[in-house]
Amino acid sequence: MNSEQMTLFSPKLAARFDVLVTKYPVKRSALVPMLLYAQDEVGYLSDAVIAEVAQRLNITELDVRNVATYYSMLRFKPAGKYNIQVCTNISCMLRGAYDVYERFQEELCIGDKGTTPDGVFSLEEVECIGACCWAPAIQVNYDFHDELSPDHVPGILSGYRGKPRSEGSR
Amino acid sequence: MPRLVSHPDEVKIISRRFGMGAEKIDRYIELGGYEAAKKCLAQGPEWIIDEMKASGLRGRGGAGFPTGMKWSFVPKQSAKPKYVLVNGDESEPGTCKDHLIFLHDPHAVIEGTIIAGLAIGAKVGFIYLRGEYRYLLEITERAVADAYDRGFLGKNIFGSDTEFQVITQTGAGAYEVGEESALMESLEGKRGIPRIKPPFPAVVGLYGGPTVINNAETIASVPHIIDMGGAAYCAVGSSRNGGTRLFSLSGHIERPGVYELPMGYNLKKMIYDVGGGVKGGRKLKAVVPGGSSTPVLLPEEIENLGMDFDQVGKAGSMLGSGGVVVIDDQTCIVEFALRTISFYAHESCGWCIPCREGTDWLKKSLTRFHAGFGAASDIDNIQYIAENMMGRTFCPLGDAAAMPTLGFVKKFRKEFEDHLNGKPCPFAKHGVPQLTVV
Repeated sequence: MNSEQMTLFSPKLAARFDVLVTKYPVKRSALVPMLLYAQDEVGYLSDAVIAEVAQRLNITELDVRNVATYYSMLRFKPAGKYNIQVCTNISCMLRGAYDVYERFQEELCIGDKGTTPDGVFSLEEVECIGACCWAPAIQVNYDFHDELSPDHVPGILSGYRGKPRSEGSR
Repeated sequence: MPRLVSHPDEVKIISRRFGMGAEKIDRYIELGGYEAAKKCLAQGPEWIIDEMKASGLRGRGGAGFPTGMKWSFVPKQSAKPKYVLVNGDESEPGTCKDHLIFLHDPHAVIEGTIIAGLAIGAKVGFIYLRGEYRYLLEITERAVADAYDRGFLGKNIFGSDTEFQVITQTGAGAYEVGEESALMESLEGKRGIPRIKPPFPAVVGLYGGPTVINNAETIASVPHIIDMGGAAYCAVGSSRNGGTRLFSLSGHIERPGVYELPMGYNLKKMIYDVGGGVKGGRKLKAVVPGGSSTPVLLPEEIENLGMDFDQVGKAGSMLGSGGVVVIDDQTCIVEFALRTISFYAHESCGWCIPCREGTDWLKKSLTRFHAGFGAASDIDNIQYIAENMMGRTFCPLGDAAAMPTLGFVKKFRKEFEDHLNGKPCPFAKHGVPQLTVV
């Protein structure tokens, strides 16, 4: 393994991957989780990430890309430090999700899949996130925020400004 | 934090440990947990399957297939390893019940997986959660680790010579992966496209081995059925529909939430008594009874409608995933139909043409309609496209998109006609948000 690959993932993530590839009856089953966890750390699936995942699973980069392009959470360009995902599917729509989504656009001055110039926030309209009974709901990275109205938007944004990046827990 | 709700009509079986700290293993054991698995270990596979058949439990993912029968289809002898696969890829719009199961009672899923494994003779079970449920995956992984520490999972479960391992897995965003064969593809590290059937998963499934695939709610029901006895569980429900189910009430409803009600519970009562009626005291326009793929029902159709697989089926819709979406009289059905079909167009995996092209075509037609540029012939065309998608795809996603579309067009034709000839949406004055016109 060359030095570039060795520094791509943190020692913690590299160790996690070493365990992950032994977890399943077939090594390749680790592919989707590896891509997601790598993205959590690196920010997106760069060419280097794809190359290293391919090498760790002993499959081609084409195989990795073929799978990665299928899943909507996986991305090939950086997003903001906090990726805001606003659900606008039916249950959320009926309870005003588009108003919430518009308020985010106004506050951040960005549109769908946009990123703020400082790289802190990105915004995305997403499909159902499984919080229908607590609609309208959003996810910021992996954190859920539910029962929202447009007036909650500034408070959510200021809560994340200057906060260290969450590692997936609520 | 998702809010928990309660109503006197509820029969709390699956949800009885919600909000009681049962995600911690000691508390789960204190509340009677893992006794069912121990009992099943002593009684053996035939007894388990008989109890499951007696319970009348039918798959909670949407199709409603009898669980005991599904388990009995797995061959006793198999050259390849057998597997249990728990489907926690909850992503049918209007449904958020599994969210609460993994949050409050992950050990019930683990225990149900062990029991399913004992029943079919599998040594490995997988619990697959959708990628968005990361915090629930972390809760579940902690619960699995605790179960290993206690010896409830591993080489010698509960001190016996029986082995059972549980492996957790995350998705990464794909509705289609909720379809059982696409789920297996995803777990094998591939694109989540469906497999052709037969062979069915019970014969050739994950890694080519016989596999039982059950929805997370189905699996979480299993320990409770063993605890109370199959016959007693069955008696709670309606004819041919055993037990209770978690109904997700959402949309224009006064008290949205996940309620556990007996199978066959009246839908009108569910909306007006349990859910507190239509939000703001407004009038009911329509109800989607079982998640966004199920055809819409009109107020007059829910009067005497019992919410079980057979009665909702007879009424021309489906019980589906139990996601009840309430729509008030100020909602534009064309917009609602467009938002529904936009989802299916986004989620179609593209593997077969009627679904890939059909969903996109329907989305384009409805977009044009909603913007006021529809033609009268479009109404029939929408119906024609939807009818031609039905039953012509590898997996049910094509039907899931076509069925609700047909329902909207058939039951609200007048409202579609009101959008013709450049007329603005008749509901726009009520401040209904307008979708961007493409």
